[in-house]
Amino acid sequence: MFILKLVLRNTFRHKLRTALTILSIVIALVAFGLLRTVIRSWYAGVEASSASRLVTRNAISLTFPLPLSYRDKIRGVDGVKTVSYGNWFGGIYKDRKNFFANFAVDHKTYFQLQSEFILTPQEHDAFVRDRKGCVVGQKLAKKFGWEIGDSIPLEGTIFPGTWEFVLRGIYTGKEKNTDESLFFFQWDYLNETLKKTMPLRADKVGFYMIGVNDPGRAVDITVAVDRLFKNSLAETLTETEKAFQLSFISMSEAVIIAIRLVSFVVIIIIMAVAANTMAMTVRERTREYAVFKTLGFGAFRIMAMIFGESLLITMTGCVLGVVLTYPAAGAFGRALGDYFPVFEVDKNIFAVYAAASLLVGITAAVFPAWKAIRITIAEGLRRIE
Amino acid sequence: MNAKSPIVEIRNISKSYRRDSQNIPVLEDITFDIAEGEFLALMGPSGSGKSTLLNLIAGLDRPDSGSILVGGVDIASLSESGLAGWRASHVGFIFQFYNLVPVLTAFENVELPLLLSGLSRTDRQEHVNMALGLVNLSDRMDHYPSQLSGGQQQRVAIARAVVTDPAILVADEPTGDLDRVSAEDVLALMDRLNREMGKTIILVTHDPVAAAKARTTRHLVKGVLT
Repeated sequence: MFILKLVLRNTFRHKLRTALTILSIVIALVAFGLLRTVIRSWYAGVEASSASRLVTRNAISLTFPLPLSYRDKIRGVDGVKTVSYGNWFGGIYKDRKNFFANFAVDHKTYFQLQSEFILTPQEHDAFVRDRKGCVVGQKLAKKFGWEIGDSIPLEGTIFPGTWEFVLRGIYTGKEKNTDESLFFFQWDYLNETLKKTMPLRADKVGFYMIGVNDPGRAVDITVAVDRLFKNSLAETLTETEKAFQLSFISMSEAVIIAIRLVSFVVIIIIMAVAANTMAMTVRERTREYAVFKTLGFGAFRIMAMIFGESLLITMTGCVLGVVLTYPAAGAFGRALGDYFPVFEVDKNIFAVYAAASLLVGITAAVFPAWKAIRITIAEGLRRIE
Repeated sequence: MNAKSPIVEIRNISKSYRRDSQNIPVLEDITFDIAEGEFLALMGPSGSGKSTLLNLIAGLDRPDSGSILVGGVDIASLSESGLAGWRASHVGFIFQFYNLVPVLTAFENVELPLLLSGLSRTDRQEHVNMALGLVNLSDRMDHYPSQLSGGQQQRVAIARAVVTDPAILVADEPTGDLDRVSAEDVLALMDRLNREMGKTIILVTHDPVAAAKARTTRHLVKGVLT
């Protein structure tokens, strides 16, 4: 009890120094949390992907299309339940900075397959009935203040021209990690327009999305689909949705590794800050510890004082870090919502905070404690503060 | 001549320190006794080894050779933890710079040595109140060291030294940081502790006025006792 009282009072003996140390721990932990959340957001698409969906694209590259005629052949593969398709549209709303992902999709099948996008039956029917209809995620609608019935123009980049859409539905995500910032419109609208303006680009799709009856057979089905188009002009590459998403992430793997490394460097930095504080503290109190030893206090009690103080500082930083991570992540997510549509802090991060704070607190105190114990009483009493 | 038996028996002790590769002798073949209830002043110029000798008697340091028996116990043969326990119950310490813990009140500072004694909270309170009463600081028990004058801080340090009722008090330049009036108060208090409570006091000092309060004065010159 006495040691606890002493630890508490000693910790706040140099209020400014302790406050600055705690502040640096808080900043470092929040930065660590944000960096880990950035990595998590990167993988949000992977986490949200379904085991019962496959993606087929051109084997050369995603930028090369596939004939629409493949749809019926894929449908004939044993184990395939539904086949949908779509194109990356790449339209811009008013200004390039208003970036959001937009796709032309088969209106009859796409939302059957993507069951995590929840639309009311009325909205779905309205979308299906209107050739120029579009559906957007609620986060995107909120961002631009769109309401059902609003007219939304997109400037085409891959498919030139101004494309007019009418908002017919706003979907919500079934899961927390469902991306609610996507824009979908009817593929038929795109195709019919292309038939008139650029006939050579018509009847071609960017990707097929395949729903399978049994996720356990997914590998066999990917092989079967690709075998169908072997040695054709447009060979296919079929993979699970998860693998498809991961292939996107692998393009930016170096960046993710760099972020991971930086997040660990942050922990090493707070270790150095805390160690510096503890080293200064113990050096200043060398004579005091010598007095404690003189009075009969043993090494264990001296260590308890030093480790206790170090841990109190780092754990206070940890608690404040936890408290501030949510608002910081909220602000970060709002500011960079275009790049990270799903920016959710992983609750497990707080266990990591606690473990890191514990590790930093102990590590920072080891050397000062060892020095404090090792110094003789006579030598300690001679030290001038 | 003191008729009482010696409480401290020092036999042929030597002590040297190493600085880099050099061996610096501080005490050489010292032999003498301190009788129970004695008030001894150890005088000598800086670097003569008087604080080192005091540290050896109080069990804060160990001699290179020789033996020190305090109350019949060869303290040089005790383990570190054994020595710590022995110090806590047998010796009270008074330092030049008081060495109070700044984050603890006068009461808590005096209570420190009792925390290791196994006494109940009530008993500890009783002892601390008595010790602070002895140094006439009962009204300052809730003050922190920074709220006390130098003389008052030294009196708190004396209360801390006597609270466990040790047989021996060691004081290293206890008046060295005090003005004359405060120094007189502290010396008078030590005199009382010796005369009325029978404490054996070993005082290291430069100050002849302080040494004059002692019953016996020994001089150390270049590590040799005269």
